[in-house]
Amino acid sequence: MSVKNKVIQIIAEQGLLDMADVSLSATLEDLGIDSLGVVESIFAIEEEFDIEVPFNANAPQESEFDISSVATIVSAVETLVAEQT
Amino acid sequence: MNRVVITGAGTINALGRSVPETLQAMREGQLGIGPLQMRDLDRLSVKIGGQIKNFDPEAYFDRQKLALYDRVTQLTLLASREAITQSGLEITEELSEATGLVLGTAAGGMNTWDDNFRSVYEEGKNRVHPFVVPKLMTNAAASHVSMAHNIKGPSLTVSTACASSNHAIGLAFQMVRSGMAQVMLAGGADAMLTFGGIKAWEGLRVMSKTACRPFSANRSGMVQGEGAGVFVLETYEGAKARGAEILAELIGFYMTSDAGDIVMPNQQGAVRAIRGALRDARLDSQDIGYINAHGTGTAANDKTECAAVMEAFGAHAQALMMSSTKSMHGHLIGGAGAVELLACLMALQDGVIAPTIGYEHPDPECALDVVPNIARQAKVTATLSNAFAFGGMNAVLVLKAI
Repeated sequence: MSVKNKVIQIIAEQGLLDMADVSLSATLEDLGIDSLGVVESIFAIEEEFDIEVPFNANAPQESEFDISSVATIVSAVETLVAEQT
Repeated sequence: MNRVVITGAGTINALGRSVPETLQAMREGQLGIGPLQMRDLDRLSVKIGGQIKNFDPEAYFDRQKLALYDRVTQLTLLASREAITQSGLEITEELSEATGLVLGTAAGGMNTWDDNFRSVYEEGKNRVHPFVVPKLMTNAAASHVSMAHNIKGPSLTVSTACASSNHAIGLAFQMVRSGMAQVMLAGGADAMLTFGGIKAWEGLRVMSKTACRPFSANRSGMVQGEGAGVFVLETYEGAKARGAEILAELIGFYMTSDAGDIVMPNQQGAVRAIRGALRDARLDSQDIGYINAHGTGTAANDKTECAAVMEAFGAHAQALMMSSTKSMHGHLIGGAGAVELLACLMALQDGVIAPTIGYEHPDPECALDVVPNIARQAKVTATLSNAFAFGGMNAVLVLKAI
């Protein structure tokens, strides 16, 4: 499975949705994921890809990891995975 | 109903090993937070904390006793000893049964859990020291204080995360007020600066890696501390009769539950706690000159707390001062409210308002006088101390000058 699909799968699981219902343009809020859900999704992403995600819940907008939409999350994870290899 | 006064105070925390040292540090706006010293630091992403540095338990306790004292018990015993000494109270056999204690702690003997899990899981040992259970149990600190000072009245430990100390002090206050006890020791402690303790907090992603900057627009989260604060509470009549120095009068307490979210604070829960405490104290909101804020330095707490204070105090919110001393000593979790009550005592007794240090940029969502960076001289006659815990349990205390 591609990085993109794995990330979508994690987000879908967190939002109790089908993968097909997770559009790239959606925000986590659109998908019904609250702040604890965000932290839990990031934890799942770290575990899945064995990466460290730089994210502070106090200042999400200032974190290097952009969570403003599913697409930005996918691209941030792709970057981190690429940096790792 | 009895009037209840505070006649003794004791503490040990990152700012000092006594009340005078701690108040001096608060007055000077000292930073007690610094690089952590502990094993496996390289595996942590949060490497700062309000740690009590170079603490040698053997300088205070003999080795036989230490076999039973987790770090949280050690800190609690030291703070209790200072508080009782300062109060000048002699707990005679007669007074003993009318004296009790309520202490708050979130984690109890965390160091003992941490050390012994390591030993059985990581090192694969099949045997642990026989005193592990009595050392780690959450009420161990309170029990050892009762034994050290012959306290035989109502005694217990309460655990409401970051509000534990305020709940403990509030309950002890009610016990003296109602006549259930003549004297109560009250306060709290936590010593969660262990590898596992920090790892757990790291996971929540609310910790700052740089500094605790409550109310500042660029705040980046909380910083953990450790320590204990203990007070002697007694009836006004009793204190007067024995000629004790009265530090302040405790006049109000209220507690509420948000019934909302397990971690996110709730403005209405906080407002109800503040209003309830003022009602219990029979004060008007404009009587309050200083609030010791919960002020954790997280995005969520600080804006919610400021909104709650604005709602509860109306126009007077702009006239009062509110600071967070967590900026100096870190978040003592279950011990927070106790050490922070010292800032209220300093305001009432010495007319010195402890600052919120590390403050850099105003946040429009925290537009109150947070006494940025430098302590201030001001005469206040009544203060409030807020504690809003994870789990939505809130406890607010009201103190008055005497």
